[in-house]
Amino acid sequence: MELYELTIHELHRKLKNREVSSVEATRSMLERIGAVEDRVRSFITVTPEEALKNAEAADRRIAKGKIDVLTGIPVALKDIFLTAGIRTTCASRILENFIPPYDSTAVAKLKEKGIVLVGKLNQDEFAMGSSTESSWFGTTRNPWHPDYIPGGSSGGSASCIAARQATATLGTDTGGSIRQPASHCGCVGLKPTYGRVSRYGVIAYASSLDQVGPVTRDVADCAIMLGAVAGHDPKDSTSVNLPVPDYSAALVHDVKGLKIGLPREYFIEGLDPSVKKAMDEAIATYQGLGAEFMEISLPHTDYAVATYYLIATAEASSNLARYDGVRFGHRNTDARGLLDMYMLSRDEGFGTEVKRRIMLGTYALSSGYYDAYYLKAQKVRTLIMRDFIKAFETVDVILTPVAPTPAFKIGEKFNDPLQMYLSDIFTIPVNLAGTCGISVPAGFSREGLPIGVQLIGKPFGEETILRAAYAFEQNTEWHKRKAEM
Amino acid sequence: MKITREQIDHVARLARLELTDAEKEMFTGQMDAILAYVDKLNELDTGGIIPTSHAVPVENVFREDVATESLGTDRALLNAPDRSESFFRVPKVIE
Repeated sequence: MELYELTIHELHRKLKNREVSSVEATRSMLERIGAVEDRVRSFITVTPEEALKNAEAADRRIAKGKIDVLTGIPVALKDIFLTAGIRTTCASRILENFIPPYDSTAVAKLKEKGIVLVGKLNQDEFAMGSSTESSWFGTTRNPWHPDYIPGGSSGGSASCIAARQATATLGTDTGGSIRQPASHCGCVGLKPTYGRVSRYGVIAYASSLDQVGPVTRDVADCAIMLGAVAGHDPKDSTSVNLPVPDYSAALVHDVKGLKIGLPREYFIEGLDPSVKKAMDEAIATYQGLGAEFMEISLPHTDYAVATYYLIATAEASSNLARYDGVRFGHRNTDARGLLDMYMLSRDEGFGTEVKRRIMLGTYALSSGYYDAYYLKAQKVRTLIMRDFIKAFETVDVILTPVAPTPAFKIGEKFNDPLQMYLSDIFTIPVNLAGTCGISVPAGFSREGLPIGVQLIGKPFGEETILRAAYAFEQNTEWHKRKAEM
Repeated sequence: MKITREQIDHVARLARLELTDAEKEMFTGQMDAILAYVDKLNELDTGGIIPTSHAVPVENVFREDVATESLGTDRALLNAPDRSESFFRVPKVIE
């Protein structure tokens, strides 16, 4: 097996035993990126020099016996994470030439452990989208089929794993942006509980919903990456000061007696037959392992998408006010005055989807509409949270589809924003409730596109969903299939 | 109609977006459809429900008033589209 094919835990074993060096693993990965990148376009920026420098440092560290499980491992990051000295664009023209002066906390934590940064990954512009089609740098393709989207917004994070262009990646998830692309590309993707991972230095979209999380080849790697980035950060006042458990230790192959809820509102008309089949098979697998199922109700599910698109756009309109062409980012140089400069710089710098969301959010917050839209949505958010609190009184985890359909075709929903928004119906409630969810590979469509199922946990219940995901993975073969390219 | 072309003009000004006529036309129709969709929230009685701004309790975080290392002028100006000495330079504000 080629080095670029290995998981974190497999490569770590080889690095620890000195069977291979990090420089060798990194070279293998950079060659792989070069070989397949024009067919996938996972990256906005590839960083070969940085990678080899990191790899040499990792090898020196390993030689001194100071190896961590992530030391020398090639990692790629969604281009939403600030990386000191390395261009960070958030897939927007407005940040096309932005070089951050500091690292985000998640990146600083990974660097401390000695990762090798191979590049920055494509995404929807400002993480606004479900298909990676809104990127200023072009569309990423699904490694399983080039006519299909990889999902979004962390589409590059998922396509990169499926195409074996990095050992592990980080993404962010505001309404499903880790779990949905992970599902569409056959990877494992986890959105932690709000507050579990610091958002410092992560370019903000909707601050009350954004969370950082891993996209990986398997559940064991997911636990490793989560453990590496989780924890309190004085620089993020919403990060929660709770101890970080040993997530790898939670990976025991035992779900006997685990109470799994099936929300009846998630089995809707319009659920693709292949998604339904994957769910039925997942239920059968868990039943075979001794888990107990019960039907539950999350009665406000049908209101989640509407709630999300008011809250997220309102927060976005405020967050993106900072892009004014004054201190950083794109500036129009023909402007006749300051106001003109703001308006022209923003018009040139932002793409259509970003403008649409700023417009919607500005409207929802504007005088005369605030109570009817924004405040109303915040109240419905309370009802959605209560649904989950009530459900978790009787079950340990909730099993659902990740998305109603497998990946759709490039261009299929791009000009119909409402249809695009509705594709996030099963992932959005988790962000609104602030709890955690993981997507694990669970089947394939007739076209050969991967399908994931989602396990939703209680707030800070990452260990339980990781354990349930691990037991499922160890009893299925889906994660072993590889996209041929 | 949930939203008119005049309202789109107003919101674009509030959002500091210089939109083209074609964009304004497109957004009028699309925002109309989206606002019609989000109207379904009015099916729910939210009387007496406390709005949620964050899923976890958020409180003000205090720290000791001690000087720590900061970004510094040079690094802060690194991405400036235009600068003059240690300042960000912008078009003339007052005629």
